[in-house]
Amino acid sequence: MTTIIDNLVSQKYTEIPQYTPKDFKANIDVRWCAGCGGYSILNQVQRIMPDLGIPKEKIAFVSGIGCSSRFPYYMDVYGLHGIHGRALAIASGLKAARPDLSVWIATGDGDCMSIGGNHFIHACRRNVNINVIMFNNEIYSLTKGQFSPTSRFGQKTKSSPYGVIDNPFNPTSLALGSGASFVARGIDKDVSHMKYLFERAARHQGFSFVEIYTNCVIFNDGVFEDFSRKETKREKTITLEHGKPLIFGDKNNKGIILDGYVPKVVNIDEGPYSVNDIIVHNEKDTTLAFILSNMTYNDELPRPLGVIQAIEGPTYEELMEEQIEHARSKAKSTSIDDLLKGDDYWEIK
Amino acid sequence: MENKVIEVENAIIRFAGDSGDGMQITGSQFSDTSALLGNDVNTFPDYPSEIRAPEGTLYGVSAYQIHFGSKKTNTPGDEIDVLVAMNASSLKVNLKRVKKGGIIIANSSGFKDKNLKLAHYETNPLEDGSLKDYQLFAIDINQLVRDILADFDLPIKTKDRTKNIFALGFTYWLFDRPLEPTINWIQKKFSKDPLIMEANLKVLKEGYKFGAMRQDMIVRYHVKPANLTPGIYRNITGNNAVALGLVVAAAKAKLPLFLGSYPITPATEILHHISSYKPYGIKHMQMEDEIGGITSAIGAAYGGALAATSTSGPGLSLKVEALGLAVMLELPLIVIDVQRAGPSTGLPTKPEQSDLFIALWGRHGEAPLPVIAARSSNHCFDMTYEAARIALKYMTPVILLTDGYLAQGSEAWKIPTLDELPELTTNLIFDKEDFAPYKRNPETLARPWAIPGIKGLEHRIGGLEKEDITGLVSHDPLNHQKMCELRAAKIAKIADDIPLAYVDGDATGDLLIISWGSTYGAIRNALEIIRSKGLKVSHCHIDYINPLPKNLGTIINSFKRILLPEMNLGQMKLYLQSQFMKPIIGLHKVQGNTFTAKEIQEKIEELLNVKVGE
Repeated sequence: MTTIIDNLVSQKYTEIPQYTPKDFKANIDVRWCAGCGGYSILNQVQRIMPDLGIPKEKIAFVSGIGCSSRFPYYMDVYGLHGIHGRALAIASGLKAARPDLSVWIATGDGDCMSIGGNHFIHACRRNVNINVIMFNNEIYSLTKGQFSPTSRFGQKTKSSPYGVIDNPFNPTSLALGSGASFVARGIDKDVSHMKYLFERAARHQGFSFVEIYTNCVIFNDGVFEDFSRKETKREKTITLEHGKPLIFGDKNNKGIILDGYVPKVVNIDEGPYSVNDIIVHNEKDTTLAFILSNMTYNDELPRPLGVIQAIEGPTYEELMEEQIEHARSKAKSTSIDDLLKGDDYWEIK
Repeated sequence: MENKVIEVENAIIRFAGDSGDGMQITGSQFSDTSALLGNDVNTFPDYPSEIRAPEGTLYGVSAYQIHFGSKKTNTPGDEIDVLVAMNASSLKVNLKRVKKGGIIIANSSGFKDKNLKLAHYETNPLEDGSLKDYQLFAIDINQLVRDILADFDLPIKTKDRTKNIFALGFTYWLFDRPLEPTINWIQKKFSKDPLIMEANLKVLKEGYKFGAMRQDMIVRYHVKPANLTPGIYRNITGNNAVALGLVVAAAKAKLPLFLGSYPITPATEILHHISSYKPYGIKHMQMEDEIGGITSAIGAAYGGALAATSTSGPGLSLKVEALGLAVMLELPLIVIDVQRAGPSTGLPTKPEQSDLFIALWGRHGEAPLPVIAARSSNHCFDMTYEAARIALKYMTPVILLTDGYLAQGSEAWKIPTLDELPELTTNLIFDKEDFAPYKRNPETLARPWAIPGIKGLEHRIGGLEKEDITGLVSHDPLNHQKMCELRAAKIAKIADDIPLAYVDGDATGDLLIISWGSTYGAIRNALEIIRSKGLKVSHCHIDYINPLPKNLGTIINSFKRILLPEMNLGQMKLYLQSQFMKPIIGLHKVQGNTFTAKEIQEKIEELLNVKVGE
């Protein structure tokens, strides 16, 4: 069936304009609070856009509800600000209908993991080629300070004055468990690393999930400081790099070994361990990905940042197009008049 | 003895048995054969919500009813002329529908002690004289098929499973129908299993012969072809008609089609049909839930597809927030609600018309949208096409109401060709000139449909209130009022673009019947009876519910009294009373089945005998 949008969908670009980050800034004031982690995410997204090799008009941002979800308004591309929790379902439909588009989702820990949790897990397993950036500030901000599904156990918030008694999700483990092909984590204050993660997500063919620890200056200020402040960062976090041993620490003298399936921290400069004992990160090792992701809430282990998993597989929209092509090649007829008639018709004269 | 053949205009036959007895197949074969003979045919499958309820139970009875005739049938019919009952429970459940003097063909092997107990019969109705008002033919079908298939190397269980085909052959004899269509069907269906094919063919033919050989079967019936408009016909269910309507609308509008859906009784077949249309380039997503169904469709609509979502009441409840978003975004979207009896899970397989209020008003905020309804199974095709026309022309979500009765029931449908259907227009724009996301077409008030991929038209839309024309987020109080009124005016204007309501009968008078949706058929049949008695009643059927036809007020005010039968407790009645300030007499039925023509007829007669003011 030919359609009037076929040309638009299949348009080939011989030349893509040389954009600058400014070309992606919408002509509108950004209305996040001063000091919000959202600004650095927005800046990095705008910085990677010119290098993606995608015409502006082929990019769409979709969001749900929450502070993060104002994001599409700030990008001078196509944008749809949806309803709470539904960004992934909207984006999945958009991408299925329009595989030619680069589809991005800006979401938050409440939007994505709570009200939108069902869409999230299913979007992960479907491997639709869309890129999800989840601003995790571990709090509901737009409703002014209630606990979220990533708030910490015991945390006092406006809706948990006696402390949260829910266990938090570990978003990267949830994504891995749901079958996401690309899972990564960064933090708002490490802008160059964040930029790297966004570029990787954009290039990944399949569903990409990037969790960004995003400081909320108003309702959860400093929540990530325990592991991310300058003085402790090198001791309490580890940046995963494909093919490199898991070494961290102030003096780069600590590493992760596996005792059975249990990760442990060892010193590599005091014996008996050396760098040769340290596990080497492999983005394609789905078992290792779980082990590393599950280090997240273990105080005795550094918190993993970086690309936890990146595996290849057919995307949902490719499979959909393939099914259509296959069915078409096998069909006796693709005439709609024949479809209307069906197999059992008769004529009245 | 020579059999007597009686000419009848119309006849109603109902095949009833256990869920696993193959009654749906038997019924649809009888229906297809009758349609091929040129009868007008209207059918309804009636099955339990359990997949295979325990054998022999009252709640496990599955039935298929066929109304066929030489004149318009309109409904699957009220009183049954012939009941085929494969066991005691199927007799018990269906006996009350059988016409006095009607024929009961009972499989006596389904009336053993165990069957009688399960059906709560104290004594065997085939033997205790309780069926003396009917023509009873008790036949041990299980034994007969075992004898017929004595030479076949098949397990007894497999032989027994042909008993429905025997019954079918027998009814073909009774109604003077040819065996060839079913022979062809058996040959095709069992082409990979020649032994089973031969067994079924033999049993079918022996079933037919059995009638001819019986001395007590002195009467046969003949139903002449109906006087149908020449053309190519097929049988179609409402759900299939919806699916085809979507495909054809997309093809005519030259848009890709996208369905986002989630399985739900009785709407699921729309998803089944659409998912089988891959060769036509049609895309569908079976989403994780009802909300995913509609929101994926909104995403696809944003991307330039003709997008739809199919559901039933509980699903519509889940979709209402997203419907509000679609109203705000002003994107074309078709929502098909195959109504079933509610509230909550209700009676999942049974029809009702009780989703009218949620369709009209089930959204927060001022969120008007067009609501239309189908009156018959094949009208589902026309109204789906109409839903697409309105959605695309006015950039709005449209709700199409059908119900479980139309969805599962089937009737003969004169198949249109793509060429003869009216053209569809869209608001797609491909160039930059004067573009603003909410700059409306002054005639339709529709906004432009600027889909991603067009250079220079990058813009953002969303659920937050937007400034008129620019579409930028705006919290300005006066702008909000203006936008609410614009959205309402856009929907109200559609009244200029739909057919006027039509009055069947006198244009003024004492009594007008107003109806909507699937009650149409029963009312038509009731009116035929009423008018044959010389009584005057007019009828106006409403296909367009929001906005209503512009002349409806005039019509309503031209009659002294209005009767409105509907399968709810008065939803359309309340709606029309609020619109036209005219008292309406309601006739309400919420029993999980449709009105019979008789129920309508009796109400009309009651009203005509007791005149107002006397």
